[in-house]
Amino acid sequence: MASHLATDRGKTLLRVPGWRWPLAPVVALPLALFAFALSHAPAALAGTPWEATIRWLPALGLSLQLRLDSLSLVFTLLVTGIGTLVMAYSIPYMQGEYGLVRYYASLTLFMLAMTGLVVAGNLLLLFVCWELTSISSYLLIGFRHEEVESQEAALQALLITGAGGLAMLAGVVLIGQVYGGFDLGVILAEPARLRAHPWYGWALGLILAGAFTKSAQFPFHFWLPEAMVAPTPVSAYLHSATMVKAGIYLLARLAPLLGGTRAWQATLLTVGGLTMLLGAWQALRQHDLKAILAYTTISSLGTMVVLLGLGTAGAAQAALVTLIAHALYKGALFLVAGAIDHETGTRDVRLLGGLWVHGPTLGLVAALATLSMAGLPPTLGFVAKELGYGATLGWSAQAVAAGGLALVLLAANACNVALAVVLGYRVFFGEAGGPWPRKPHGASWLLVLPGLLLAAASWLAGLLPRYLDGAVAEAVGHVLPGAHPAHLALWHGWSLPLGLSVATLGSGAALYALWTRRPPAPRGEPRWSALAAYRWLVHRALPAAAAGLTRALQNGSLRFYMIVILASTVVVAGGTLLRSGLLGRGILGGEAYAWPELLMTGLLVAAALGVVLAPTRLGAILSLGAVGSMVTLLYVRFRAPDLALTQLLIEALTVILLLQVFHYLPPGFEETVRPRRAALEIVVAVSVGLLMAGLVLVANGVQFAPPVARYYLEQSVPLAHGHNVVNVILVDFRGYDTLGEITVLATAAIGVYALLRASRRKA
Amino acid sequence: MSSLILRTVARLLLPILVLISLFLLLRGHNSPGGGFVGGLVCAAAIILQMLAYDAPTARRMLRGGPWLLLPLGLGLALVSGLASLLWGQPFMTSHFASVPLPGGSTLDLGLPTVFDLGVYLVVLGTVLLIVLSLAEE
Repeated sequence: MASHLATDRGKTLLRVPGWRWPLAPVVALPLALFAFALSHAPAALAGTPWEATIRWLPALGLSLQLRLDSLSLVFTLLVTGIGTLVMAYSIPYMQGEYGLVRYYASLTLFMLAMTGLVVAGNLLLLFVCWELTSISSYLLIGFRHEEVESQEAALQALLITGAGGLAMLAGVVLIGQVYGGFDLGVILAEPARLRAHPWYGWALGLILAGAFTKSAQFPFHFWLPEAMVAPTPVSAYLHSATMVKAGIYLLARLAPLLGGTRAWQATLLTVGGLTMLLGAWQALRQHDLKAILAYTTISSLGTMVVLLGLGTAGAAQAALVTLIAHALYKGALFLVAGAIDHETGTRDVRLLGGLWVHGPTLGLVAALATLSMAGLPPTLGFVAKELGYGATLGWSAQAVAAGGLALVLLAANACNVALAVVLGYRVFFGEAGGPWPRKPHGASWLLVLPGLLLAAASWLAGLLPRYLDGAVAEAVGHVLPGAHPAHLALWHGWSLPLGLSVATLGSGAALYALWTRRPPAPRGEPRWSALAAYRWLVHRALPAAAAGLTRALQNGSLRFYMIVILASTVVVAGGTLLRSGLLGRGILGGEAYAWPELLMTGLLVAAALGVVLAPTRLGAILSLGAVGSMVTLLYVRFRAPDLALTQLLIEALTVILLLQVFHYLPPGFEETVRPRRAALEIVVAVSVGLLMAGLVLVANGVQFAPPVARYYLEQSVPLAHGHNVVNVILVDFRGYDTLGEITVLATAAIGVYALLRASRRKA
Repeated sequence: MSSLILRTVARLLLPILVLISLFLLLRGHNSPGGGFVGGLVCAAAIILQMLAYDAPTARRMLRGGPWLLLPLGLGLALVSGLASLLWGQPFMTSHFASVPLPGGSTLDLGLPTVFDLGVYLVVLGTVLLIVLSLAEE
């Protein structure tokens, strides 16, 4: 099927209107995973989760360990359920676009990676899936890759989440070092070991860096609104409902290990709180539907981070319910925004209005979803908001801290209410807008149904919270071991949270009034922002530093390169040699040297001096040949026939090669070198010689491990059936090395060939 | 550089040098020699033709040119390493077999020889690719 789709014929087939059924497998895969997860839900809720282990790289402690416990279950159902709907929605939405195979392949890759991420029972596997989601996100943001905007946004998202991913990898490795493995079950069973370890702070900071970049927390939030250049189904799926929640998942999953400390609480409350307020405030100033949704998403992610930072059972419960509610209503709203864009050709809220007459079903979806966004009963959004207020109020014994946090939450929620009115009321029921680039003609049922299902789910969950209650309570037990939150309910009685809800609606309405009086207008980039800092770093500072470094190191002079390479070798290797204190020890042990060796050595030194002092180039080349011949003789003398044979042939070839390039070289051989430069070169050359001599002496006299030579000598015939030990080592014992070497050899040949070709073309 | 003496000698030497290179390759397992040296000798034999005649003549002696030798040699080395996977053993485990020949002697075969042949071809290809490209500049 896949190969069939990948052909050009498949591409044209995909464009035929109404040609939908070949895409059925794309929709069926997430649906099947959804059904699978659902069928294992009772086991997860009973505390005996489905598990599977596939050995992958046992040497690295990496196995495909999958575990579907209740926390994973909640996320898996969201990922696969919304995945199914988004795939179905994409069929009409993306119809006629170029590159559909790429689109569905990337989206499916993302869906699988995200599912893997939330069911991974191994930290390394989790990390691999984490990176895969970043990559598929990059591919999908840059789907319209011929547009500069898309390229920029995709790269930005990849750099930010990729940098966070690298930090997280370091954190994962630290944790793995402490526990001697990456099995999450083992690690989470014994959190005290990391808590007591001096690396705790590092591990915490690095893991949080990964989570914050992925979940668009301040100051890394700016990639998310930019990522809205992706096709809208992608924004709905990756950049609102699921991928940006990977960071939240990571925080929830590792909360038993990393959470509960002052550092954890302070960081999460500060970062999450700032993100919450900033996102809400920025959302009010946008006029693009998707930008509004993106900034409110950032705000909601901040809320979840704050709630996870509080560290009480109620707060963890509130975080999870907020997450589910947000995924449902925000997913639905993105799908509505996509449908509006598809129908009218614009997403500017200042132009939109009175869409009800053109698409009543779409209006119904928007109304249902925005009521949940505003947190009105009987939706899940209301339940989540009440839980949030309850958790913040009950968090601290100090009334000031608890009340202050509740007020921050209230401010963010009020912005949500105001924007819910904009999206749900103004766009559909307000006075007719226009002019629109396109005339609405009634959206396809596939553009409406997925959103309707999501919006309906947020109502059903609000009306019947007891079906959610068991799973959430079990999942809270994974975030805070031993915690038992109160049962979910739509009606909590007359209480302070209810009062705050009413206050939220009031201030939301007031904000909306202000918003209509002064609708957002396009404005220039602020001078100081995280985005500006990023742009300065990536577009100015890094290229300038790279260019400076290249100019300094790659100045085109071969002599300079040699000096840099050799001098650094002398400094690094020579420094190590001197510090090791081995120089005094190993001097050649008592072998007698007779006049033949002394004579050869004398000739060798004379030939080497001849290379340096020769007045002509030809003389230097011939002297070099003489050096090689002397080395060959020494090999013969010391019974190394293989080496001698090879050296002799290499000498002959070297001379041939040198003669071949002879007439390319500049005519003057006696170059005018400034005395100071010459002195530097002499110093470098002499110190390299001394270094090599020292290394040889030391290597001859020092032994760190039992010598392997004896093993090779003894085993050459029995194991490898060969009497020539040198060759047996090359092709058998250490054949792997040789394979690498001949690969390098072939690569070098291709490189030389390419250089010659390139220079020929230039000439 | 077109000397009749050199041409005649080069033509006479070519088969002998190629035979020597193969001899070095095969005897490498038990005595000095091996794929690397063998490859160098064979390359030297062809370079001698290049010096006596010219580069295109030398290139024509290799069907497919040096380009073909690199993937061939690398592929052979890789396949000789992969062969042991068929026996369920790790990559590059060596296997040997003795085939009795009529007349009482035996022929000893081993995977390392195949690997060495790969080395031979890669060395030959590398040297010739560089030298011939330089000469044809």
